[in-house]
Amino acid sequence: MRWLIRSALAAGALAMALPTLAAPVTLLNVSYDPTRELYRSVNAGFARDWQAKTGQAVTINQSHGGSGKQARSVIDGLEADVVTLALSGDIDEIAARSQLVAPNWQGRLPYKSTPYWSTIVFLVRKGNPKQIRDWDDLVKPGVSVLTPNPKTGGGARWNFLAAWGYAQKTYGTPAAAQDFVRKLYAQVPVLDSGARGATTNFAERGLGDVLITWENEAQLAARELGAGRFEIVVPSVSIRTEPSVAVVDKVVDRRGTRKVAEAYLAYLYTPAAQELIARNGYRPRDAAVAQRYAARFPQLQLFDIDRNFGGWKKAQATFFADGAVFDRIYTPGPR
Amino acid sequence: MKTAVTEPRWLRWLLIALALGFLALNLALPLIVVFAEAFRKGADAYLAAIRDPEALTALRLTLTVAAIAVPLNIVFGLAASWAIAKFDFRGKALLVTLIDLPFSVSPVVAGLIYVLLFGMQGWFGPWLRDHDVQIIFAVPGLVLATLFITFPFVARELIPLMEEQGREEEEAALSLGASGWATFRRVTLPNIRWGLLYGVLLCNARAMGEFGAVSVVSGHIRGKTNTLPLHIEILYNEYNFVAAFAVATLLAGLALVTLVVKSFLEWRYAEQLAGHGA
Repeated sequence: MRWLIRSALAAGALAMALPTLAAPVTLLNVSYDPTRELYRSVNAGFARDWQAKTGQAVTINQSHGGSGKQARSVIDGLEADVVTLALSGDIDEIAARSQLVAPNWQGRLPYKSTPYWSTIVFLVRKGNPKQIRDWDDLVKPGVSVLTPNPKTGGGARWNFLAAWGYAQKTYGTPAAAQDFVRKLYAQVPVLDSGARGATTNFAERGLGDVLITWENEAQLAARELGAGRFEIVVPSVSIRTEPSVAVVDKVVDRRGTRKVAEAYLAYLYTPAAQELIARNGYRPRDAAVAQRYAARFPQLQLFDIDRNFGGWKKAQATFFADGAVFDRIYTPGPR
Repeated sequence: MKTAVTEPRWLRWLLIALALGFLALNLALPLIVVFAEAFRKGADAYLAAIRDPEALTALRLTLTVAAIAVPLNIVFGLAASWAIAKFDFRGKALLVTLIDLPFSVSPVVAGLIYVLLFGMQGWFGPWLRDHDVQIIFAVPGLVLATLFITFPFVARELIPLMEEQGREEEEAALSLGASGWATFRRVTLPNIRWGLLYGVLLCNARAMGEFGAVSVVSGHIRGKTNTLPLHIEILYNEYNFVAAFAVATLLAGLALVTLVVKSFLEWRYAEQLAGHGA
C-alpha cells in the first residue's frame, strides 16, 4: 500500500514536471522590411523568457518584405501566427479581406496595438552636399530623392503622408499639397517595393541625394554601413508612425498556438523588450526606457494619422487606392 | 597557294581579342568579384556564413526543388518532343506554342498563376486549407513554380534534334518488329542523348537559379522557404554582404559542378559524340 501511494506521488510529481517536456513550438512572424534586426534580438529574448516560464522551446520564424506585400501574402494564405506590420491599415486589410484577424484587433493590446513608434526622417550623404534641411529642399531642382512605392511599402506611405502634411501646413490647401507631392515624386528616379530596397539603392548603389525613410532605418544605415558616411536630417515637422501588431486569430486557433502567440506580442511591451526596441532605433512606449534613450530620439512636431488624416482607412482611400491621389500625381518613367 | 582565311591578320586578332575581352568582362570578372567579396573578411567569416543553418536549409531546399523538378521535366520534355517530332496530330502547332509559354511569360506572372490557383483567395485555396494541404508559401509551391519555369528547356532542346533526325530509323525498327518501348530505348534515346544532356543541364541550372517565380510563391520564411537565390537577396538586404556573396559562391559552385560534369561526359564520350554529330 505504501509503495502504491509513493508511486502515485511520484507519478504526480512527474506529471507536474511534464510541462518542461512540452513539445517545441514554432511561430511565424510576418513583418515589414526594416524590422529584421529588431526581431532577431526580440525573438531570442522571448524564447529565453518563454522557456524559463513554461519549459517549452519556441522558435520564431521570420518573413520580411514591403508591408503591403506581406499583408497580401497573409491574405493569400501565408500562415502567419502574428503579423507585425508597418501600419494598422495593412492589418485592417487582412481583417477585411480574409477575416483571419478579428476586426477589433486594435483594442486588444495597449497603445492601439502599437508597442513602438517612430517617425520619418531624411538620410543624406556625408557633409550634406545638397544642403537638405527640410521638406522644401527635396523639391529643389537637381535633388534626387529616394522613397519606396506607396502601393507596396508601409514606410513609403508614411513618407508620402509626412510630405503631404508638411505641404498642407505650409501652403494651406490640398491643391497646393498635391502640387508639392507631384514635384517631390518627379524627383524620384526609382520606386522600390520596400524601405530596405530603397536603403540599399541609396547606400550601396549610390543612387539619390536623399533617402526619405523611417528613423530606425536611417539610424541602422548610419550605424551599420560605415560610421561617417551618412548623416541624419530631422525635418521641422514629420509624422508619428505607428507600426501595428496582431495575432492572426484563425491561424493560431487552427494551429493551437494562441497562447504562445499572445505571450509573444505581450512580451513586446515588457521593459526588457522595450530596451531592445530602443536600442534598435524604434521609439519605445515604456516611459522609463524612453527617458534613458531620449538623446537618440530628438523631439519634433508630429502629424498624427488619426487626427490629421482621419485614420488609415480614409487615408488609404484618398491617397493610395487605385485612381486616388498617388496614381494621379505619379507618372513612372522618363519625364 | 591560297589559304581559306582571307581576313588580314590584325583583323583576326582584333576579333579574338574582342571576344575574349567580352568574356572576361561579362563572365570571369563577376565570378572573381563574387569570390573576392565572399572572402573579404577572411576564410573564417566565409565558413561561418556557409555553415549558417539558414544557408544550409536554403542549399538543401534548392537541391530538393531541382531534384524533383528536373526529373519531371525530363519525362515531360521527352514525351512532348517525341510526340511532336515523330507523330502528326491536330493541334500540334498549339502544343508547340504552349511549350514555349514559360519562355514568353514573365516569371512573376508564372508565380502569380499559382497564387491565384492555390492561394486562400484562389480557386482551390479554401478547399486545400480545409484539408490541411499547404501548396503556396511552402515547398510544393516552390516546386510547381520551378517546374513551370523550366518546362521548355528539355523539350526545346530535343524537338529540333528529333525533327532533323526524322522518323526513318524508328519506322525501320517498328517494321522489324520492335515494340514502341524498345524502339524508344534502343533507337531514339541513343540518337538524342547529347541533346537531352544539354537540355537537362540547362533545365537544372535554371531550376537552381530561378528567382522571380519562386519569390512570389515563397513567402520568404527564413530557414524554411528561402531557396539560395532568395536567401542571397535577403542577406544582401541586411547589409550582410560577406554572407550574401559567400552563399552566392555556393550557387556558383553548383553551376561549376554542372559544367564540369558536362565537360567530363563530353570528353569521355568524345568518339560517340563525333560519330553521331549531335
